[in-house]
Amino acid sequence: MTGFTRHRRSKRLIATFTGFEADLLRSLAAQLVELLRNEAAVPRDDVDPLEAMMDFSGPTTEPDDPVLARLFPTAYPHDEEGAAEFRRFTEGTLRDGKARAAVTIIDGLEEAGLPPELTEEGLMIDVELDEPTAEVWMRSFTDLRLALATRLEVQEGDEGYWHSLPDDDPRAQAHDIYEWVGYLQETLVQALA
Amino acid sequence: MSTASPVEVEPTTTPDEITVLAVPWVTIVWNDPVNLMSYVTYVFQKYFGYDKKKAEKLMLEVHEDGKSVVSTGSREEMERDVQAMHEYGLWATLDKQS
Repeated sequence: MTGFTRHRRSKRLIATFTGFEADLLRSLAAQLVELLRNEAAVPRDDVDPLEAMMDFSGPTTEPDDPVLARLFPTAYPHDEEGAAEFRRFTEGTLRDGKARAAVTIIDGLEEAGLPPELTEEGLMIDVELDEPTAEVWMRSFTDLRLALATRLEVQEGDEGYWHSLPDDDPRAQAHDIYEWVGYLQETLVQALA
Repeated sequence: MSTASPVEVEPTTTPDEITVLAVPWVTIVWNDPVNLMSYVTYVFQKYFGYDKKKAEKLMLEVHEDGKSVVSTGSREEMERDVQAMHEYGLWATLDKQS
């Protein structure tokens, strides 16, 4: 596990992943894309089909899924109508942007040599990103961490609890992955700053 | 430089409204247990163009006080800022300036 550094001459942001790490990161990004694209943005049961086709507006209520509710928080805490309008005009764009960012990670890993199915042992994946692409990765790391933390119900200052869990506890393993993505993000922020 | 010219004052606009309309909205970023301090500082520098010192001060306010007002302006401007913060994964809301 090495994290990101900036290459001195080319100024590109570089990291080396084991095949296992790259495969794990791809799988996390793919799950996020699925979540962002799957849950219907607007409940459509109660509207006329033609009307639904002509309706280009977005959702007006907070998503049911807690991960999506965290990724697309309510903008107006004291104004339900304002919150609904804001959501209608922004949530679709935000969803697309976050899904595209996660796809950028998947594409980057595959362009760097990650095969569709990881079989080869000892495979190493060298990722080299230009600055704009690195920023997209950095933002998407946040989305991945928010998704993992929401599922795990991570709280402020609860590191002791997670480290006290036995190693074979699946929640402890998921938390290790959350911390690993945090490490990747931290090194990428430092390299970009 | 400017010169003074006779202006008609709109009789229906009260001074109070003028003051309130000038800078009535704020973008608030709230603390969450997930986002890295370095990342939040980076976002404030990158998006708002704040220098490192100001960005770190705002980040520490978020971290220690639970929230910080990170920008002030018209409702439309603040909606843009809140949307941008959501793009970055920060928990932001907008409100009338109190």
